[in-house]
Formats: sequence, C-alpha cells, structure tokens
Amino acid sequence: MTIAVEAREVVFSFGTTPALREASIAVEQGEILAIMGPSGSGKSTLLHCLAGILVPDAGEVWFDGERVDTMREARRSVLRRERFGFVFQFGQLVPELTVVENVALPLLLAGVRRAEALRRASGWFARLGLEGMQQRRSGELSGGQAQRVALARGLVAEPRVLFADEPTGALDSLTGEQVMDLMVGTAREQGTTVVLVTHEPRVAAYADREVIVRDGQVIAHDRIAS
Amino acid sequence: MVVRMSVPLTLLGLLDREPSHGYDLKRAYDTYFGRGKQLPFGQVYSTLSRLARDGKVMISEVGPGVGPDRKQYVITDVGATDVDQWLTQPVEPEPHLQSVLFTKVALALMLDRPAEEYLDTQRRAHLRRMRELTEIKRAGGLVDVMLADHGLYHLEADLRWIEATSARLDALRKVVRP
Repeated sequence: MTIAVEAREVVFSFGTTPALREASIAVEQGEILAIMGPSGSGKSTLLHCLAGILVPDAGEVWFDGERVDTMREARRSVLRRERFGFVFQFGQLVPELTVVENVALPLLLAGVRRAEALRRASGWFARLGLEGMQQRRSGELSGGQAQRVALARGLVAEPRVLFADEPTGALDSLTGEQVMDLMVGTAREQGTTVVLVTHEPRVAAYADREVIVRDGQVIAHDRIAS
Repeated sequence: MVVRMSVPLTLLGLLDREPSHGYDLKRAYDTYFGRGKQLPFGQVYSTLSRLARDGKVMISEVGPGVGPDRKQYVITDVGATDVDQWLTQPVEPEPHLQSVLFTKVALALMLDRPAEEYLDTQRRAHLRRMRELTEIKRAGGLVDVMLADHGLYHLEADLRWIEATSARLDALRKVVRP
C-alpha cells in the first residue's frame, strides 16, 4: 500500500475557533476517498490542509514521502500547481478567458508552450461532451458545463492528487452525476488519487471509501487507519 | 385502497401489451423487473392458472405438442381493469422502515450503550450498499440505472435520518433517560 497524501494529528484553528482537533487521515495512491460530515465539521479545512493551502497549527501533512506543512510557501505553491489539481463547488473559471484557455491554465502556469497547452486542453472537449464550445466564455455555459470545464482544468496536467471540494454542490442531481461519472472515470484511467469533500451520500458513493469528520476529528476509518 | 407491487398484476400488465406465451412473459419480467430475483417458471404458470380461473386472462390458442408453453394467454376486460386500477393507485409509502433503527437507537441510549457508534456502523453499511448500486449504474444500461436510482434515493433518505438522529442524540437521551 502506497500512501499518496496523509495528515497526522493535524490541529487547525480559525482565530480562537478550533476547526481540526488532531485529525488523521491517509489516502492511498489511486484511491478515491470521500470526506463527509455535517456543515462546520472541519471537512473542507482538512482538505485545505492536505492540499497545502492551509498550514496546520500542529501535526504533520505528508505528500509522496515529503513533509508539506514545513515547506516554504513558494515550494508549496509549486506542489499545488504541478502535482495537485483542484475542483471547487463553483467552477471559479476566469471569465475573461475562453473556455479552452481556462482548461489550459494549469499547463500554461507550468510553462508549457501556449500552442501545446491549448492543443492538450482541446483534447478534453469531446470527452466532456462540450465539443465546439472551446471559444466560449464561462458566462455562456450552464452550471453543469462550467463544472465539467473546471474538472478538465483540474485534471489536464495529470496531477497526482485531485482535491474536489463539494464539486457537485451547485448542480442538480443528474448533472452532478454526470460530473462525478466523468471525474471517477478519468481518475481511474489516469491513476489519479482523489480527495473528495461532500455532504451528499450519493456523491460519496462514487468513492472507494469514506471517512466522517465530526467536531474536527476523523471518526470513521474503514480500511487504512483502523 | 392502496395496492402493493405484485407478480400477478405485473404479468397482467405485460399481457396488456400483447398476448404472450408463459415463456415470453417470464423473459420480459426478468428483463425489466427481475434484477437479482428472477421469476421461476413454476410461479409463472401457477400465476397464469389462477388468473385464468379468476377470469382475468384466457387461453387464446393451444399449439401442438405437450407442456404449458403450448398456451397463449390473452388479457380479459376484467384483467385490463385490474391493471388500470393498479397503475393509477399510489404505492403505499413505507414509513415503518426506520422504526427498527429508531428502536435500536432509543434502546442503546436507555442502556447507556454507544448509540453514536451504532449509527456510524449503520451509515457505513448504507454507504457500502450505495457504492455497490453506483457501480451497477456506471456499468449498466438505463433499466439498471433507474432501478439502482430507486434504491439509492431510499438509502439516501435513511442516511439523512441517521444524520439528523446523530445530531439529536443528546436531546433524545434526555427523553428516554429522564
């Protein structure tokens, strides 16, 4: 068993409000893990700590044998850009860019030449069911289309880990299922590890395993840590 | 009156499409409604016999040879009326399922057992089943998708109840252990 990303007894507070209280979690390489829990339980904070977006007050975060929480911000930024992909609840596409430029963004930031980045980004559109929409702006897309574009942007650079925070939260259930089907299918094809935060059981059911976060602690480990 | 799902009414409904032999009825039933529980031949023919006895189907044609498959069945007006009534009446809502879970939770609190852990275990069992159904959906055709969806939405409703109960355990403890 190879661990891709791991949090060990992570503590994090927003000011004086504790969000994580010695939360521990280990995600296997290639695994699709759902983090569930009620609103305010700390599940998004845990994802942000695992992804190197937040630095915990105490505890450790590891990725691929490297300690993430002690890295300098510049190094963590490179890690997030080159090894991680992200999908959030609202696609957060850049409205000034065309859709294909949005998908190509991680490649452009990683230094891939523009023509090559756009070519690779265009390759995603048939799979997404968005053929012919490359030159549209994000404002011209439906919610489901925009989220599929966001998913392509999260996966285009073939990250080791995709972090998805309520990726279907703004979609109706059938559109949400299309996004999840695409996410799971692509992740399995590429061997990408997925850490998925959701409060929806039907979305969590696409994962290989789930953990529950309650009051800042991970309370249900099915396989790894039990 | 509220009527439940039944094999006789389903077979009658299939006969309402077109006259059929027993074998064709079984095949159609298994294709659309028999996921995980196919209809035995014996049950098909015993059901058709009862429907014939009750005047809901009649035998239109008897082919050469021996055996039950020589017979072709046709729905009667009485049978067609039954199908119409069944289709237009609502299926009974099933609000009793959770009573088992509720009883377990309430008893656990009365006995000072870890009710929250029991609910966590139940949640895991539900999610495991939801994963199985989701895989069936991802690999199957539209009929599989719709049948799996029915199960998924019910399990999701259970899970919502589990979440709500989990959040109310302290309050419930005060009620059952005054």
